[in-house]
Amino acid sequence: MAHMVTALEKSHEEKVATDRVMFGFWVYLMTDLLMFAILFAVYAVLHGNTMGGPSDRDLFSLPLALGETLILLTSSFTCGLGMIAARLGKKNQVLVWFGLTFVLGLMFLGLEFREFAEFIHEGHTLTVNAFLSSFFALVGTHGLHITSGLIWLGVTLAFVWARGLNAHMVRKLALLSLFWHFLDIVWIFIFTIVYLRAFV
Amino acid sequence: MKEFLLGKLDGHALPHEWFTIGGSVAFVLLGLFVVLVLTRLKRWKWLWNEWLTSVDPKKIGIMYFLAAGFMLVRGGLDAIMIWLQQAISVDGSQGYLSADHFQQVFTAHGNIMVFFVAMGFIFGLINYIVPLQIGARDLASPFLNTLGFWLYIAGILMINMFFLLGGEYAATGWLAVAPLSGPEFSPGVGVDYLIWSLQISGVGTTLGAINFIMTILKMRAPGMTLWKMPLFTWGSLCSMIMAATVFPLLTATLFLLFLDRSFGTHFFTTGGGGDPMMYTNLIWMWGHPEVYILVIPAYGLFGEIVSTFSRKRVASYTANVLGLIGVSVFALSVWLHHFFTMGAGADINSFFGLMTIIIAVPTTVLVFVWIATMYKGRIRFTNPMLWFLGFMGVFATGGISGVMLGFPPADFQLHNSLFLVAHFHSNVIGGVLFGIFAGITYWFPKIAGFKLNQRIGRYAFWCWIAGFCLSFIPMYILGLMGATRRLDHYDSSTGWQPLYVMMLVGGFVIATGVALQIVQIIASAIEKRRLRDTTGDPWDGRSLEWATPSPAPFYNFAAIPQVTSRDAFWEMKKQGLPKPVYEDIVMPKNTAAGIYISILAFLAGFGFVWDIFWLAGLSILGIIICVIVRTFNEHTEYTIPAAEVEKLEEARARATKAADAHKVADTGEDMGLREFIKVVLKWAWDVIRNKRWRTW
Repeated sequence: MAHMVTALEKSHEEKVATDRVMFGFWVYLMTDLLMFAILFAVYAVLHGNTMGGPSDRDLFSLPLALGETLILLTSSFTCGLGMIAARLGKKNQVLVWFGLTFVLGLMFLGLEFREFAEFIHEGHTLTVNAFLSSFFALVGTHGLHITSGLIWLGVTLAFVWARGLNAHMVRKLALLSLFWHFLDIVWIFIFTIVYLRAFV
Repeated sequence: MKEFLLGKLDGHALPHEWFTIGGSVAFVLLGLFVVLVLTRLKRWKWLWNEWLTSVDPKKIGIMYFLAAGFMLVRGGLDAIMIWLQQAISVDGSQGYLSADHFQQVFTAHGNIMVFFVAMGFIFGLINYIVPLQIGARDLASPFLNTLGFWLYIAGILMINMFFLLGGEYAATGWLAVAPLSGPEFSPGVGVDYLIWSLQISGVGTTLGAINFIMTILKMRAPGMTLWKMPLFTWGSLCSMIMAATVFPLLTATLFLLFLDRSFGTHFFTTGGGGDPMMYTNLIWMWGHPEVYILVIPAYGLFGEIVSTFSRKRVASYTANVLGLIGVSVFALSVWLHHFFTMGAGADINSFFGLMTIIIAVPTTVLVFVWIATMYKGRIRFTNPMLWFLGFMGVFATGGISGVMLGFPPADFQLHNSLFLVAHFHSNVIGGVLFGIFAGITYWFPKIAGFKLNQRIGRYAFWCWIAGFCLSFIPMYILGLMGATRRLDHYDSSTGWQPLYVMMLVGGFVIATGVALQIVQIIASAIEKRRLRDTTGDPWDGRSLEWATPSPAPFYNFAAIPQVTSRDAFWEMKKQGLPKPVYEDIVMPKNTAAGIYISILAFLAGFGFVWDIFWLAGLSILGIIICVIVRTFNEHTEYTIPAAEVEKLEEARARATKAADAHKVADTGEDMGLREFIKVVLKWAWDVIRNKRWRTW
């Protein structure tokens, strides 16, 4: 515990700065959430406009979506464990847990990519009708966020590995884990509104 | 291969019409002139180190002012072009603009005035003043601030790029309403320029808003609770919270429009199941709050100006703050009044009509607070106060016509008419622009170190008022006579022409006002020694920015003030200023990362406009690398030791004393126009006779 305090709260200024950055990042997440809100609203309006093409029920595979969800939820869990390790200043554990998060994120992205590739292969591209346009925009934007999260995670881990676990790095990891949990929550909504709703 | 390398770009994109050639030549000459002057004076390094890479919000604020002022002239030229066309294009005459070109001009006018003039000035004011008012040395994230500014500059470049390449701007109206802005009806690159210009500067605005929310909520001086914040800071906080709420909506909407245009999706198209009405909804969800984002900081600064120049505390601080908050909250739920006629049904129209009318309540509260503040005050009719009074008259007219438009049945008659345009301009000129002018004349001594010439300022003010009435009273009347907006041609039997000519004349009077404002600044600079502000408090002010010397040092406050009450500086003056205890100051280092990222963002946008996807891809990769390098740089700050601060402060005190000794006695009135012309002619004659250009 004592170790943790010295590692993190080196000075009052450092603590104030961390507090400020965390707050700012929360505000940023809210702006990002509003962007997703628009995409959700657009999907809600347009998802029925299939122009005679296959509907959501015909296209989506619930097991695949459930698999993606479970993988992403697990990655959030490992991310949380990594954060605990970071606060305790345990570098190797940080690398392991966040490394696992990275792998799980990559798996999620792979599954999503496979789903998209399958749709496109079968001719259900984003230019066919408004339903597919809004589907690809919403889920694709989430995928882009995951991609940027993975780039950020990879770079941060490389720096942790090289520079060690200083207060700056712990702050970066804290922001990163916020971002990751945020994407998880957005995905829960995608899973519910896009996939589950199709089969109700 | 050529298609891969250059996308849609080819020889046709080069300027070949009179206006694109004219624009290109003007911009290239301007650029060459600036380069020549900088090279001749050997000022490149200075420019780069002292200004462009600076993270000082005061310097960034000044750069915002310069860019926005330039764009005001650019957008004003568009306005004169519109009025000139409308004044002469009757019956057989088609005027001097083609219908398509006319549409591009009014679209550009709208985009420039809202995004690059009003937003630029407002961000400039917030940058300069808010940190001083809350007793902070810097912003929460200096990097995000310079990044936001340079993205704004990239947006300015992008909106003017069509002169050089492409030759056409969007002809859709400033909001690029679908399906007109879709690939089917606007196949050219004009709309793409619009999208990327707004997209880039819009992201900058979102980042700026996040930064100011952090700064205002987390960096206030000790003792300054929210209920002790100066009103301009309150207005800025409300405005920035609104910006952080609605600018993401703009980003998402433009992103979808971009997908429609570049990738053939069906969000807002007429075919494929798209829904054009959704675009109208989404864009106005951003668009309506946007005008409030502009005007609420102005409301805030009016509260301070009226209180300073009435020598009274503001009549009801609580009502004032609640009014600001009320306006911001209601402003988020009125957007549908922009399309009552689209058939959303009586219930929905009633709700939004009601909300629109209700928003007049907090606004009226504000107006009454200001009037009550003036009541029995010792009013000084300085320039800022004049702008405030002009605002009250013009803005009240705009507000009342707004309430009229808020009734759905009335709106069915007035919709899309010039009445609406006149209403809108009453609010953005009367509210936002007059607010900006009031703010700039009020804080000019703080920014430049000397007061503005009040006499020429009065002339400029009256030109603006007279020009405004000449232009916009006929516009209201024309609207009631049935003239629709955006007409490039009409029949003389309508009897409209005299009124259109009056509008043009009014436009020239306003242009004279702008010219006089430029003269005002030059005349003040000539009389700098007489107008110098050595006290830091030229107006007998009330809030903390006046506690700093003019202009404020780069660290703002040598010692962070302790705040005990509202009107913090007023209290300090009454109780005597405390002797400062110097401490080490941590300041952010300059950075060029914002410039690099903005250049890359510009290139990415340019790539998307012309379908040059390798350029867009590479630029985005570059942005990612820049962000990584910047965020993992742990050495972004430096410390000035307390002893050094003390030395700087002493040096400044000595300089002030010396300036005081040399100060020309303030006798009588400021320089008038006649005297100004005499001085300028004398100077010009001296230059010519003594061949002074040889030493330049």
